[in-house]
Amino acid sequence: MTIELQVGDSRTETVLENISRTRIVMYAGASGDYNPLHSDEIYVTQVAGYPTVFAHGMLSMGATGKVLTDWVGAGKLKRFGVRFVNQVWPGDDLVVTATVDALHDEDGRPVADFTVTTLNQHGKPVVTGTATAFLD
Amino acid sequence: MAVERFPIEASHILMFARAIGDENPAYTDAASDAAKALGGVIAPPTFTMSATQFDPAAMLRPKLDEPWFGSGATPSGAEIARTGALHAEQHFEYFRPVLAGEVLTLTERAGTTWTKMSKSGGSLVFDERFHDYCSAETGDVVVTARFVSVIPIPAPSSEA
Repeated sequence: MTIELQVGDSRTETVLENISRTRIVMYAGASGDYNPLHSDEIYVTQVAGYPTVFAHGMLSMGATGKVLTDWVGAGKLKRFGVRFVNQVWPGDDLVVTATVDALHDEDGRPVADFTVTTLNQHGKPVVTGTATAFLD
Repeated sequence: MAVERFPIEASHILMFARAIGDENPAYTDAASDAAKALGGVIAPPTFTMSATQFDPAAMLRPKLDEPWFGSGATPSGAEIARTGALHAEQHFEYFRPVLAGEVLTLTERAGTTWTKMSKSGGSLVFDERFHDYCSAETGDVVVTARFVSVIPIPAPSSEA
């Protein structure tokens, strides 16, 4: 069944609230990225010079993808790309907006192009990107 | 980074899905209608990053026989090059869903490097890599990725 979308259709979802240091550790353990910038308060404050640990960009990208896959379905993405424009800190919320930019065919199948923007609780963008998904 | 065998395992996908806060039944429940419709549990769109778990040389994992640059008895146990690198961009192209139970391979190709001025007058050194995730069984490309990292270099001090 093809999903019916219009250019300009938009969805916003708060995908994570009050991100905990423990969730960042969960991501480190699952992904294998054990960079101490994300979990080691002593290293990050005394050696790296940051105020505290911060989330992996890929944790934010993974959480951002939920809005797309909740909309078009799991396993439907053709492309998904982002830039990490600001850091995500413990206590932050992630609010994702996906908007339909264009509708066309690719490989003979209907697809939608999306823009995605993830803001923190202060309205500051942390992740910006684009995605293309099959609609059939 | 190169990985000869990246086994895609349902329990690994479950842990990853929980970590990113997306417990879609397609990722977490093989008995769900969502998973059955896809031929089994599939991986979330960013899961292939966890191939690093299977890279014997992964720099960002403590190893028994090497000093670790994070804290222990001292705030940092070792100097390691590029530890200041941050993730700037990540792009994926999907040729089909990644399925629990299959095995992928990962090969890396170098891209370009470039430098930009930062807002604070320092420089930002970007480094691009391409990652190909292929079926170990058929060799078919399943996912390709473009990874861009950046190392921020502070502006030289006026007193230097």
